[in-house]
Amino acid sequence: MNRHIAGYVVLAVAAALLPFLGVYPIFAMKVMCYALFACAFNLLLGFTGLLSFGHAAFLGSAAYATGYALKAWGVTPEVGLIFGVAVAALLGLVVGGLAIRRSGIYFAMITLAMAQMVYFFFLQARFTGGEDGLQQVPRGRLFGVIDLSSDLTLYYLVLALFLIGFAIIWRTVNSPFGQVLKALRENEPRAISLGYDVDRFKLLAFVLSAAIAGLAGSAKTLVFVSATLSDATWQMSGLVILMTLIGGMGTFLGPVLGAFIVVLLENKVGDFGQALTSMTGIDWFRQLGESVTIVIGLIFVICVMAFRRGIVGEFQALLRRRKAT
Amino acid sequence: MNVFGIPMQALFGQLLLGLVNGSFYAMLSLGLAVIFGLLNVINFAHGALYMMGAFVAWMGLAYLGLNYWVMLILAPLVVGLFGIVIERLLLRHLYRLDHLYGLLLTFGLTLLIEGLFRSFYGVSGQPFQTPDLLRGATNLGFMILPIYRAWVVVASLIVCFGTWFVIERTPLGALLRAATENPRLVEAFGVNVPRMIMLTYGFGVALAAFAGVLAAPVLQVSPLMGSNLIIVVFAVVVIGGMGSIMGAILTGLGLGVIEGLTKVFWPEASNTVVFVIMAIVLLLRPAGLFGKEK
Amino acid sequence: MKLHTLTATLALAGLGLTAVPAAQAQGISNDVIRIGFITDMSGVYSDIDGKAGVEAIRMAIEDAGGAINGKKIELLYADHQNKADVASSRAREWFDQQHVDVLIGGTNSATSLAMAAVAAEKKKPFIAIGAGASDLTNSQCSPYTVHYAYDTVALARGTGSAVVKDGGKSWFFLTADYAFGHALERDTANVVKAEGGDVKGQVRAPLGASDFSSFLLQAQASKAQILGLANAGGDTINSVKAANEFGITQTMKLAGLLVFINDIDSLGLPATQNMYLTDGWYWDQNDASRAWSKKFEAKVGRKPSMLQAGDYSSVAFYLNGVKATGTDDADAVMKWMKSNKINDMFAQGGYVREDGRMVHDMYLMQVKTPKESKGRWDYYKVVATLPGDQVYTKLSESTCKLVKK
Repeated sequence: MNRHIAGYVVLAVAAALLPFLGVYPIFAMKVMCYALFACAFNLLLGFTGLLSFGHAAFLGSAAYATGYALKAWGVTPEVGLIFGVAVAALLGLVVGGLAIRRSGIYFAMITLAMAQMVYFFFLQARFTGGEDGLQQVPRGRLFGVIDLSSDLTLYYLVLALFLIGFAIIWRTVNSPFGQVLKALRENEPRAISLGYDVDRFKLLAFVLSAAIAGLAGSAKTLVFVSATLSDATWQMSGLVILMTLIGGMGTFLGPVLGAFIVVLLENKVGDFGQALTSMTGIDWFRQLGESVTIVIGLIFVICVMAFRRGIVGEFQALLRRRKAT
Repeated sequence: MNVFGIPMQALFGQLLLGLVNGSFYAMLSLGLAVIFGLLNVINFAHGALYMMGAFVAWMGLAYLGLNYWVMLILAPLVVGLFGIVIERLLLRHLYRLDHLYGLLLTFGLTLLIEGLFRSFYGVSGQPFQTPDLLRGATNLGFMILPIYRAWVVVASLIVCFGTWFVIERTPLGALLRAATENPRLVEAFGVNVPRMIMLTYGFGVALAAFAGVLAAPVLQVSPLMGSNLIIVVFAVVVIGGMGSIMGAILTGLGLGVIEGLTKVFWPEASNTVVFVIMAIVLLLRPAGLFGKEK
Repeated sequence: MKLHTLTATLALAGLGLTAVPAAQAQGISNDVIRIGFITDMSGVYSDIDGKAGVEAIRMAIEDAGGAINGKKIELLYADHQNKADVASSRAREWFDQQHVDVLIGGTNSATSLAMAAVAAEKKKPFIAIGAGASDLTNSQCSPYTVHYAYDTVALARGTGSAVVKDGGKSWFFLTADYAFGHALERDTANVVKAEGGDVKGQVRAPLGASDFSSFLLQAQASKAQILGLANAGGDTINSVKAANEFGITQTMKLAGLLVFINDIDSLGLPATQNMYLTDGWYWDQNDASRAWSKKFEAKVGRKPSMLQAGDYSSVAFYLNGVKATGTDDADAVMKWMKSNKINDMFAQGGYVREDGRMVHDMYLMQVKTPKESKGRWDYYKVVATLPGDQVYTKLSESTCKLVKK
């Protein structure tokens, strides 16, 4: 356990030094926001075994809530963040309360349908700006003192938020509560027979996951000074599933790695296609590369068929095999 | 005579239109129910396969000069075959795993299929004319009903009730239902269950493609035509519960009609009414209206 | 045509060289002129702009000679996938790390608004082509934004007033139920009423509804002459299809408030004949546009839309500015753009106002019948020319902070 914590501390320090190593702060912040989102999602999928197909609703609602609070009410960023998280948690309570009534595949479909409802609400609500989105959200001064308009300053705030969220998840999983969640994932009927109020645990995990996803959404609003509809679409929900899948479900660093890969993909897919074209001489790769949708679909299929443990998962399995021999 | 300010005639017209949409919902949720019943897989790709049905029909018209009636049979066969290939190569390996992998695979397939079609054909859609025999409209007195829409209702009802009859009232259907309950036992009787599963998936996919061909003359034949529809169909399926075939059909038709009524009295809410109903059903009868808790 | 452009370019270059450089002219930064273009290349708006827009910009660079004052012109392009944060982070990265000198914004208003904000922060020019949101030159205007090809106000006002003048006095609106649809409906309705027309009613359909039959029946019951389609893209296509199916087009004329030539191509003439729409440019409107469109078609395989023509024209205009001022310094070129006219195949007598709005004439078109059309892409006849200063938001109505009232 201590080795793990030491490892995480090293990574955290490395992350703190990134801007000085030439990494573009906005890119790193984007990765951290999505990584937090994926970690929150993984709490539900990897550790509790619940597939939520509408998690973008929480990302989006917190993004809009924070954006609106900052822009229309002029609150300071920390108040905006707390407000965003609260909104996401509340929404998580409502959606979770309904979805818990069914399990497995039904649960996924219900979360998808509810998220779609939330999307339509955002589309039509006046305060979100609809298709145009909430733009030019002021970053404000943290605690009324620290000016966040500098990308570098904001970077450390986002890093802190990410570490806090990650720590919460880590602590939750490595706790009695987390043990019950794992038991739920393994064998729900048995957990019920042991006397656990399974629904309450599921709901709690759901709300926690929604709240942390909300934290990611609020942070994202600060980074991009805008909140738009694309944060709440089912495509975004699919994207976070992909991040977790490709990184490794049920691992801690998997979603982080997955987020990094997906963000890289979004930005570089065109270049990647060009590279493949020049390597193989097949022009179709260029067309393929220019469609992010095709690439994501392909990766999904490949991961589900042949690569279910994800990168970190496979790596851990490899380590275990080597230890055993 | 007015009902809530809407003349009775207009109301009947809207109810009929709701029935038309309901037939699409019925066919699509029927396909999903059939696939889920036997394979325990939620076929997220249903929307994309519906789109493929419409596109293959268009391709037949545009590239091979075949007519609508031929494509009505051919397109579902072609897409059904494609579905069989998917089942054989991909889905089959996931049955022993958690059900969510099937959902994730079909989700990935949706993105792949839609992305490929978008990449080749763009998003503006392809022109698709109504077949000559079905063009025009009849004046029913309370509304003008395009003949084609009437045909849609007739065709879907025939296909839906035909499917119901086969599954519920024939020996083949009995075998299918038995395999759903206890595949091992049925296999012990010498029935080739994996092949049955493969063909069932193909059939479910063909149903989706058939709906796509029916939709082609009236909706924009574009790679995106299935993506928002599938989410509503999921809600329909949750409301109906996946225990019964008749349940899926009736729920689809019923929700189409309710949606149609909403379009008259409160148009802005018509795209969310199905989700609201889903929430209510979940609170009152979680297994769905016709569902049997598994 | 190429000779004309070449001559014009040389003449301008000559002017640029002989003109006494202003005190702040700094030459070309980083020894290269970098143009950044971010648009939707694979999603719902990819046909009307998309990769073909990249080709159009390349044509503008070629026509400018590929270099100005010996410094090369480079083009970077990216797909924002209709996500504002992808657009905004790319724009930031390009300004910060790639030293992009001008950003061209393609389709989708949310992404353009986000990019405009980034450009304003970095104090670099941003030219919005594909987005329709009039907010770009009103509440969210900036000294560095130019809104080039069209906006929703111009479309609404143009269609509304011209159709009423053409005889279509009573209207019913089929509106997509979100801010954009409401804005289109409201702007058109105001103009219709101001011109003496009459709005019989409206029905709001959810965005992305695939079946419009119920809403169309309500439209038909209103017995209005004109059915105003306050929607766009797939919604417009589906509503036109259904309107034909239910025989609505026999008793009402359709007026599309945001329609591109690609939509007409996908629907076909039998379904769209006699429909009214407003466009900022048509490939067949004059000799210059025809010649340019022929070159475009040779590269891309179809005729250009207003947006692709706008991509070309705006970049050519910008490059002229760079040539004339001798620098790619943002303030100098912005000043030049706001004090010179655009006279090319896209617009004659177009000019950029202080709020960033590029004002030019729009055209009310009517879709030809299949008999009148001589082939693919021969879809429109020009019914009326709508002078720019009448259809765009007047400066007196503007909510832009830069406009002195």
